[in-house]
Amino acid sequence: MSIDVETARRVAKLARIQVDEHDLPALAGELSNILGFMEQLNEVDVTGVEPMTSVTPMRLKRRADVVTDGNIQELVLKNAPDAREGFFAVPKVVE
Amino acid sequence: MLDLTYETPKPKVIAGAKHDWELVIGMEIHAQVSSNAKLFSGASTAVGAEPNSNVSFVDCAMPGMLPVINEYCVEQAVRTGLGLKAQIHLRSAFDRKNYFYPDLPQGYQISQLYHPIVGEGEVLVEMAPGVARLVRIERIHLEQDAGKSIHDMDPAMSFVDFNRTGVALMEIVSRPDIRGPEEAAAYVVKLRQILRYLGTCDGDMQHGNLRADVNVSVCRVGQYEKYQETQDFSHLGTRCEIKNMNSMRFIQAAIDYEARRQIAIVEDGGQVVQETRLYDPDKGETRSMRSKEEAHDYRYFPCPDLLPLEIEQAWVDDIAARMPELPDAKKARFMGDFGLTDYDANVLTADLESAAFFEAVAQGRDGKTAANWVINELFGRLNKEGHGIGDSPVSAAQLGGMLDLLSKGEITGKMAKELFEILWTEGGDPAEVAAARGMKAVTDTGAIEAALDALIAGNPAQVEKAKVNAKLAGWFTGQVLKATGGKADPAVVNAMVAAKLGL
Repeated sequence: MSIDVETARRVAKLARIQVDEHDLPALAGELSNILGFMEQLNEVDVTGVEPMTSVTPMRLKRRADVVTDGNIQELVLKNAPDAREGFFAVPKVVE
Repeated sequence: MLDLTYETPKPKVIAGAKHDWELVIGMEIHAQVSSNAKLFSGASTAVGAEPNSNVSFVDCAMPGMLPVINEYCVEQAVRTGLGLKAQIHLRSAFDRKNYFYPDLPQGYQISQLYHPIVGEGEVLVEMAPGVARLVRIERIHLEQDAGKSIHDMDPAMSFVDFNRTGVALMEIVSRPDIRGPEEAAAYVVKLRQILRYLGTCDGDMQHGNLRADVNVSVCRVGQYEKYQETQDFSHLGTRCEIKNMNSMRFIQAAIDYEARRQIAIVEDGGQVVQETRLYDPDKGETRSMRSKEEAHDYRYFPCPDLLPLEIEQAWVDDIAARMPELPDAKKARFMGDFGLTDYDANVLTADLESAAFFEAVAQGRDGKTAANWVINELFGRLNKEGHGIGDSPVSAAQLGGMLDLLSKGEITGKMAKELFEILWTEGGDPAEVAAARGMKAVTDTGAIEAALDALIAGNPAQVEKAKVNAKLAGWFTGQVLKATGGKADPAVVNAMVAAKLGL
């Protein structure tokens, strides 16, 4: 599967990554290479092999239903370009 | 348990300009899991806090933070699945649903697309006594809620609060088995009732803790049966999804509007475009959310931060062993044990508090009388004064005590209503209040008889009239009640009048 310039443009937009128009063909090529490698992996017959999710036999770590975090409004907002009255302030988004 | 065999309700048919059309509806209900902490962080789920105070670094997606799942949220999802008679998947997994929006700091929602924790189940939705739709549940998955944007605090800016970000949601997905606006609302009511019984979601629609996305399509009469036979969607029309509704009334209005819109398009020779729409309650119409279209490419992939969620059958069995009695079972029991009508049983099992109140009143007493008093007098009064059952001024013990006085004939029905009024406004022990206020039915039949004999002896003309026209015997009853100061039981007096006059 190869990625054309149009697809590269769309994927960049979806990911909110600004890519200059003249960089798109190269980006499309790189993405195509990655997918090409994946396709190569696809040639391996993995019938009956369970997908591996971890290299060690680990159980998903769980937490108890206890409030142990939060109340750090100041720290949460510290890096925000704009914050007012405890809110993050962002350019207007209205549906 | 009663034998519950139901008839299937007729689908709603809408007459178009050219044909009759049927509706096909599937729903996705987002139910906020009742828990103390969020799905993947230790921040609180409490509402009404300062903005961005119930937020951890995980919730606001600071670099390097990792999600750790809240086991209780998993338990709640399992409990919900069991409550909907659904398959529980001992192995499920989390995926990332990618989209950009200011209220989603991660840039993706952690959800379960490929391997949901709960599989197929069902909900029985009663439309009338003996008539019910069995709605199939396709799946339930766990996912994170997004934050909240406020648009009206500044003309140029939106304000974002992440307090809700990362709170656990259950998305409950139905099959397209719902066949009309009323059924859709009834489905939400029933699902909400079950969730509240289970204690897995508080069902507070006003605060968005339960909200519905509704998929609506229309088809010609007969097409739906073909779909049901084959499970092939090509027999059905193209669907539109109406997003994010949190009122039963809006759900019905939106479905009705959307169905008529689609019918008009198709009858006009056009084609319905599959899209996401929003219901505008002010205008009473749905409109396209065009901005959602491109964002719909969610590029799901397995979440690399989370291992698959593996749970043990023994744990599921333990949750199953601790399941509460659910609405259908409770209703059947109320009808069986207390002799309630279908209607009364529905009203009294609508929520757990009402059911518990009724049961406390009815225990060891006549069920039907208890139901009448709880529904007509108590609920009527509570509604009128805007109270919930939880803050009823009259307790179950008080109402029960009053019913005991009534059933023993110590007070008349009329006195019971007066006593109820006093218990409501002033409180107190029913027997003591009745005694203190001189509320005592004349149970001494001798006194009633004496009064009646005197009346008969003194009014021979009335006796003759009553013998000709039995309705006029009521005059004697009225006079006796008057003579005893309204403290005699009208039923007792009536019987005695009839006997004495030989009616």
